[in-house]
Amino acid sequence: MPVNEQNVFAPWEDPKAKPLIKFENVTKRFGDFVAIDDLTLDIYAEEFFALLGPSGCGKTTMMRMLAGFENTSSGKISIDGVDVGGVPPNKRAVNMMFQSYALFPHLTVYENIAFGLKRSKMPKDEIAARVDEMLRLTRLEKLARRKPHQVSGGQRQRIALARSLAKAPKLLLLDEPLGALDKKLRQDTQFELMDIQEKTGTTFVIVTHDQEEAMTVASRIAVMDEGRIVQIETPARIYETPNSVYVADFIGDVNIIEGNVSPQDGGVHHIDWAEGQSPIIAHADPSIANGTRGFFAIRPEKVAISAERPADRANAFQGKVLDIAYLGNVSTYHVALPTGNIVKAQATNSRRLSRRDITWEDTVWLSWTDTAGIILTQ
Amino acid sequence: MRRFSWFNATSLTLGFAFLYLPMLILIIYSFNESRLVTVWAGFSTKWYGELFQNEAFLDAAWVTVKVAFWSSTFATVLGTMAAYVLVRGGRFLGRTLFSGMIYAPLVMPEVITGLSLLLLFIAIGMDRGVMTIVLAHTTFSMCYVSVVVSSRLASFDRSVEEAALDLGCSPFDAFRLVTLPIIAPAVISGWLLAFTLSLDDLVIASFTSGPSSTTLPIRIFSAVRLGVTPEINALSTIMIGIVTVGVVTASLVSKRTMTHRAADERKAEQNDKL
Repeated sequence: MPVNEQNVFAPWEDPKAKPLIKFENVTKRFGDFVAIDDLTLDIYAEEFFALLGPSGCGKTTMMRMLAGFENTSSGKISIDGVDVGGVPPNKRAVNMMFQSYALFPHLTVYENIAFGLKRSKMPKDEIAARVDEMLRLTRLEKLARRKPHQVSGGQRQRIALARSLAKAPKLLLLDEPLGALDKKLRQDTQFELMDIQEKTGTTFVIVTHDQEEAMTVASRIAVMDEGRIVQIETPARIYETPNSVYVADFIGDVNIIEGNVSPQDGGVHHIDWAEGQSPIIAHADPSIANGTRGFFAIRPEKVAISAERPADRANAFQGKVLDIAYLGNVSTYHVALPTGNIVKAQATNSRRLSRRDITWEDTVWLSWTDTAGIILTQ
Repeated sequence: MRRFSWFNATSLTLGFAFLYLPMLILIIYSFNESRLVTVWAGFSTKWYGELFQNEAFLDAAWVTVKVAFWSSTFATVLGTMAAYVLVRGGRFLGRTLFSGMIYAPLVMPEVITGLSLLLLFIAIGMDRGVMTIVLAHTTFSMCYVSVVVSSRLASFDRSVEEAALDLGCSPFDAFRLVTLPIIAPAVISGWLLAFTLSLDDLVIASFTSGPSSTTLPIRIFSAVRLGVTPEINALSTIMIGIVTVGVVTASLVSKRTMTHRAADERKAEQNDKL
């Protein structure tokens, strides 16, 4: 496994690493509709790669092209150095876990998992051993003789996973694998998925529209929009340094304030965002040209809220509490500034609700440091 | 419970009477002692005995079953293939024409189908017999099978087939091992439908049958022209009996399967903690 200096799994930063999957200028059209638009992408072995985007952004089409259910209109996809153009799905060392699970209703759990192995001329006793191993891995031993309609939704999800992993594919594709599960079960299953991915060392590509899910499981996330990849990064960098308003807005919650950017000394930039208000002070590297129209983006949890003006913050603005969303562990305050902008600030509820000192209609101060937010130019 | 209503009771009685009174009368008169069909002269089962002595009827029954079996089997194979192409084939050239031509026999007058088949068989010099009736019945019952099977195909999740391909099946294996077992109930009911259609067809069979291949409907029809006999009543009663047993069994079996399935699913959700 290629490693960088910090001994962290990050083959995409190693110029010598060879990607397992290469998309080279891939375009896919359905009639007039361009589903994938000139897309180039590398995915490395043992990655847990997430394709994230709203419905219709092309993420499922990319997955179906990897599985072999769709051909490219132009461009080349290679898996492990081999061009897979024209190779049918049954001849690819790729398996897929379907959104609907697509279990065979007339076969038992055991037969479902053994299905792919039986097609591969594996000796009978080896098939039995492999299926048992998969049943153990997914904790389904007790259900081997049941039919799919005799097990619960969460168990069906595990059968689908076991079935797609049984042939030990180089690459496993997961199409919205947890979409049909309820929230609690989904969270447990996310960790289970990561655990299984680590144990088997298989490369996982997951398609999801749930940003939390992508953040939890993925080593890297590709955020997609209208057939293009907007940004590919690790979950932390996607969240902390989105490259555009689209990504910032898609991943998590964000405050966006538009204004004119003027660079000052030492990487500091001023953003003039409203008449009569002091400019927002923020760091940007590299520097942004004077007079650029920019968007200041800051996450609600990085905005502090207080009754008194804090002394040491670079940015402080006064406003009135408009709304409070109480989520138990945290509360999100919607604060209206005199300019009409609404800024969200999130605070941890470390004290009991009865002792909370900020309430509706209170005049409060919002503040943040000069490195808390970032300036986006698109 | 709903309250008893005279209106409902009356319409129910009238409806059932309209549908089943004729058959009831037929059944009653099949146990008539008298040779005269409309005069009741006491209970007897002698016409059933006579029926089983009647070689002509037994021969015709055997021909009918043979024709129905083979024509429904061919129709099922062809109809399933046609349905698969129509539902899964995507948009190929001539698809609209193809589907139109598959379903045309549904609305085609039987006399015309029969006549055109007769002309064809004469033109190619084919001797009329069991074979020609089988071919004719296959042509007209195929579209019924195709309707039944294609509705099942359209309603089932296509990704199940894709999963089979993904796990290494050739397209033919995917059809054989996954699609066919799943659509089997529809294929079987298509076969049964084709079988019944063939059993009671009179018009097309009379165009395409030869001297040695009289089917039961043709035999009954020609016998009735000489006057209704109690033997025919007995024969019809047997046929009604067979159909009734078949329908009741089928609905009981499917109801049982459904309750079992619902119970299984309920149990499965409760056992989530396994």
